[in-house]
Amino acid sequence: MRALTWHGKHDVRVETVDDPEIVNPRDAIIRITSTAICGSDLHLYDGYIPTMQKGDILGHEFMGEVIEVGSGSTLKKGQRVVVPFTISCGNCFHCGKHQYSACDNGLPADNQDIAQSIYGHPMAGLFGYSHMTGGYAGGQAEYVRVPFSDVGPIVIPDGVDDDKVLFLSDILPTGWMAAENAEIEPGDTVAVWGCGPVGLFAVQSAFLMGAERVIAIDHFPRRLELARQFGAETINYEESKTYDALMEMTGGIGPDACIDSVGLEAHGAFADNIWDQIKVSTFMGTDRAHSIRQAILACRKGGRVSMPAVYGGFVDKFPLGAFMQKGLTLKTGQTHVQHYMPALLNAIMEDKIDTTFLISHRMPLEDAAEGYRMFHDKQNEVTKIVLKPGMQPAAA
Amino acid sequence: MEEIQSRGDDAPLSTAKHGDTAGRASETLAEAKGDSLVGKTVTIDRPREELYSFWRDVGNLPHFMENVVAVEPLDDRRSRWEVKAPGGTTVGWISVITEDKPGELIAWASEEGADVPNSGRVEFRDAPDGRGTWVTATILYDPPAGIVGKVIAKIFQREPAIQARRDLRRFKQLMETGEVATAARNRREYEEEQQ
Repeated sequence: MRALTWHGKHDVRVETVDDPEIVNPRDAIIRITSTAICGSDLHLYDGYIPTMQKGDILGHEFMGEVIEVGSGSTLKKGQRVVVPFTISCGNCFHCGKHQYSACDNGLPADNQDIAQSIYGHPMAGLFGYSHMTGGYAGGQAEYVRVPFSDVGPIVIPDGVDDDKVLFLSDILPTGWMAAENAEIEPGDTVAVWGCGPVGLFAVQSAFLMGAERVIAIDHFPRRLELARQFGAETINYEESKTYDALMEMTGGIGPDACIDSVGLEAHGAFADNIWDQIKVSTFMGTDRAHSIRQAILACRKGGRVSMPAVYGGFVDKFPLGAFMQKGLTLKTGQTHVQHYMPALLNAIMEDKIDTTFLISHRMPLEDAAEGYRMFHDKQNEVTKIVLKPGMQPAAA
Repeated sequence: MEEIQSRGDDAPLSTAKHGDTAGRASETLAEAKGDSLVGKTVTIDRPREELYSFWRDVGNLPHFMENVVAVEPLDDRRSRWEVKAPGGTTVGWISVITEDKPGELIAWASEEGADVPNSGRVEFRDAPDGRGTWVTATILYDPPAGIVGKVIAKIFQREPAIQARRDLRRFKQLMETGEVATAARNRREYEEEQQ
């Protein structure tokens, strides 16, 4: 089959590789019909994530048709499914509590050592996201092996377009959980750092949960315009001072809840960001953390901070004093995708949530390497790229 | 059941920073073989009788003990073990069950002439709050060719401490999910992993 493979920093290629097969009883094989490039794929593209190996197949947002099932799968051939990016067993203590991304058994035993030593515990497996998260082949390919297929994939009714449901795999549940973790109360003002897909879905979700105002922060005009279309007010941090603006826009109170959907590759020429970048480039630290620091400073006293943004390692200058003195609550975590999928599929079917606005580009899988380059270089125009393995390349 | 503990606190002996842990652990075994100690506990969300029975049927052990090529039962208490060693070789011994409490405990020791003299026990205790079973493996062993062999084994990831940790995770996966997680994309990759 054809698949997008990683070879190093800014080097991904579409290559011919061996087809996947059923290995364990609960597996299914999916023929991919749509697969997106995620902002977190850019962390791999930029070489920020350790334990990648040459030839690894990327991709963790995908859907397709079931073409083969193991004896323990509950799926049937021909069904269309969206697959969660987290690989969770459904049987362990954490899955029982619907904390799917904390699954005990999703990672192969040998791959659990790294997370155990860095994080204290191994986490769920992830598709196409380094060997620390299992070394599972991803879905930017023609076919993929899906472990625990009786737990993860959600069956999509006939007649619903891929584009309407694809984002159930990651970013829609991630945006929703971000808003849920912000424990929004009716009348709240919610500030969202970062208007990428997760931030934009968090804006939508916050309004659905009863927020009175949402203030979206970014520097790409196109992304701020999308947030505005959902009713958010905006701050362009290149034109305005974010903390000062947030204070003035809330009468000095600060936002009741702050959502950081930026994470470890924060943009912006802020002093702490530059310091972080020096430390990253000299291997003295791993994460740029400007947005979470600012969220903590801006948040109202006794408020809530939600952090869907991906951080991988350690940060410096974490404002622990502000966090403690103001009595903030911080909730975070990789998304428990399986927990949110059914309700969000219903919301899509009932037209309460539309995610298709996000897709700016559709291209054949063969053009995936160009897709990565575009997504990396043109974040204003390129909000989301969906790869379609069946799509014919445009005539040159 | 008697627990292996150090003297000054309630932490298990295998977590002690100082002292002759292997010597003290050996006092708790009916028949102690070996001078290096491995101790590891995992919580498995299954009843202890089920876990005990699966483990007691020693032919099952290679399903989750990656280094174990085969365990051949010789009689009710004795079994012949063939285990991978660094450099593509195998080592072997005959293991005898020295203590057997159904649903609670299995202890074993290798017979004379073992390539790697070893002894140990696996305990099954009810976990608090109905969370299943705490499975604790305590293994005493003589590393092949002493400390040099131990270093070589560690390089090849066949070091018993690493292996015990991973084997217990696989035991948990098999008992909780019915399968051992693998990232192999197809059967060829899977078979290469088993080498």
